[in-house]
Amino acid sequence: MKIAIKGGHIIDPSQATDWIGDIFIDNGRIKEVRKQSATLRSLGKGGQSGRDDPGFRTIDAKGMFVLPGLIDMHVHLREPGFEYKETICTGTLAAVKGGFTAVCCMPNTFPVNDNASVTEFIKRKASQEGHCMVFPIGAITKSQKGIELAEIGTMRDEGCIAFSDDGQPVMNSLIMRRALEYSKAFNVPVISHCEDTTLSESGVMNEGLLSVTLGLKGIPAESEQIMIFRDIVLAELAGGRLHIAHVSTEGSVNLIRSMKERGSNVTAETCPHYFSITEEAVKGYDTNAKVNPPLRTARDVAAIKEGLRDGTIDVIATDHAPHHRDEKLREFDMAPFGISGLETAVSLSLSLVDEGVLTMSQLVEKMATNPARIMQIEQGTIKTDAEASLVLIDRNKKYTVEAQKFVSKGKNTPFEGCILKGKPVLTICRGKIYE
Amino acid sequence: MLNKKDLLGIKELSLEEIILFLDTAAGFKDVIGRDIKKVPALRGKTTVNLFFEPSTRTRTSFELAAKRLSMDVINFSVPTSSVVKGEGLIDTALTVQALGADFIIIRHASSGAPYLLAKHLKASIINAGDGTNEHPTQALLDAFTIREKKGDIKGLEIAIVGDIAHSRVAKSNIYCLTKLGARVRLIGPPTLIPDEVKELGVGVFHNMEEGLKNVDVLMMLRIQMERQGKGFFPSTDEYSRNWGLTSERLALAGDSVIVMHPGPMNRGIEIVSEIADGPNSVILDQVTNGIAVRMAVMYLLSGVKR
Repeated sequence: MKIAIKGGHIIDPSQATDWIGDIFIDNGRIKEVRKQSATLRSLGKGGQSGRDDPGFRTIDAKGMFVLPGLIDMHVHLREPGFEYKETICTGTLAAVKGGFTAVCCMPNTFPVNDNASVTEFIKRKASQEGHCMVFPIGAITKSQKGIELAEIGTMRDEGCIAFSDDGQPVMNSLIMRRALEYSKAFNVPVISHCEDTTLSESGVMNEGLLSVTLGLKGIPAESEQIMIFRDIVLAELAGGRLHIAHVSTEGSVNLIRSMKERGSNVTAETCPHYFSITEEAVKGYDTNAKVNPPLRTARDVAAIKEGLRDGTIDVIATDHAPHHRDEKLREFDMAPFGISGLETAVSLSLSLVDEGVLTMSQLVEKMATNPARIMQIEQGTIKTDAEASLVLIDRNKKYTVEAQKFVSKGKNTPFEGCILKGKPVLTICRGKIYE
Repeated sequence: MLNKKDLLGIKELSLEEIILFLDTAAGFKDVIGRDIKKVPALRGKTTVNLFFEPSTRTRTSFELAAKRLSMDVINFSVPTSSVVKGEGLIDTALTVQALGADFIIIRHASSGAPYLLAKHLKASIINAGDGTNEHPTQALLDAFTIREKKGDIKGLEIAIVGDIAHSRVAKSNIYCLTKLGARVRLIGPPTLIPDEVKELGVGVFHNMEEGLKNVDVLMMLRIQMERQGKGFFPSTDEYSRNWGLTSERLALAGDSVIVMHPGPMNRGIEIVSEIADGPNSVILDQVTNGIAVRMAVMYLLSGVKR
């Protein structure tokens, strides 16, 4: 099928594209990206005539942003093992609805993705039922227990593109050192969920006055910062490519900034909830605001934004963590951590552009260009012969978040009822249109 | 009558509401002092005690309070219920409500559990202690007892001694007594007093002798044995040596000080028997007043049409 996307504002920092133009797609690939001349625009024509024949779909993108398909390098698809929370099918459908054309799924499934047969299962399921590209992340250690390295090389051959014990930090510094060293042989990033679990113990929210007044056990910012420091210095010792997952605190941003300044080879991500809301969302014991790392304070939110602005934080990922309603509908202590994030990420991130924190182009870097570079994925770009994975964004569309309308099985969002501005209206994934 | 169906915490109450509870309790105190200790105020209504943690005095106190208001009372005990079969909290509570409960008195190890029920149930939910959050009726009965013994609470110097960090009693008392105009100070080891409490407008002392000076009311908290060995303090012996209430220490506070304890006490650890049973102790008054206060709470909450 041939597709023409006409008159949209195309933004692709990898090609230094930031202008109005047309994109022509043929057979799942981009055939041509053409800048509209000013004269044509003023005449209101936009594009060529004679292309409106059948089998050729023209999409009017006037007033829209046309971006490379976004890449979410941190999601939980829950399959295999927790299909009642999410499946590869529903999770990837939520992804394309949210503007993503590739997701990297964490290994904390059941069984854990710590061996090539699980990796193979995920890849096969994704090719059969998936709506976007799925790149599995393998476990660093067997069963994510932090004791023995998993077969990183074999999983890499089967399709794992990075390694992480997300949710279960590798507490043993020697094992983490070995993981960083060993991963060099396969040139894959090691993604660290930074949390000193001996310090955070059984904490369920940010530690501070609010945790005291709610009577909930706190997780101090320091439990994140200690591990970020440990992992960065371990990466300096061992080499390897360290990526810090879901940065949530001011101290973490400052730490990563100063370590980057002295030349550390580290990248970092944050999630929309860490720059959109604070621990106040937990008030009333709202389990939909229970997430790990926890929502922090207004000061942390400001620091995360600054970290995004100055490049300390390279990536915005969702940490999409769908859960079943029944699991969240219970005592705060007992509810699982996690936010269903794929379907609100773009809107929440666009507010950074409204606030002047990022330009549109920088936002695309954080959500497509940089994840593609870090994960070595051939996506996130709009150029001739590239895979046709794109998203159209209506910058001004306002809507109210209604979790019941999520296509993800996970309706667990703290943004229920929020009015957001800007929405992905059409996603093209390898030539297939979702709208 | 109050315009709410639940009593979840003191932090959500206004000063006027607290005073209404206390004033109403004074009337019920007269009732339970009579020969016939019962009024028909809530006849035909049903109270269910839903206790997920062990309790003797609070559960019994609620039971007596309900009975003296002529209510029917069911004690739902966890080990024999379907909770052991894995039933969730909301399902358990909905079942209890469907059986006809007008009041559900809940004690639960998880902070916020009563809030969860309040959101999903029509019955009146009364928090009888949730995790390390609040124990509002304890604070009300403490305030009632202080008023009874000391008159106006405004301006009193009140010390709470012990494990503030894990104490729902301390939390509720801090909110209640500061709202009533007392000056509250906390005494205990730094591991058991989170720094952030200072933002609630209370003083903090780590030295017991310093903290006891000029105190009008002294509230001792129970030291939970399971904190030992978790790094909060090295041993109950050492705790007792530094923060236990002895006669020598009590002398620092002055003659007219009253000594309170929410119970159950560890005699010889946080408080010596001479004081617990001595002339300054109002510990048994607290127990008696608990019934009057809980009657007042149930009576006032029953006013909402549901």
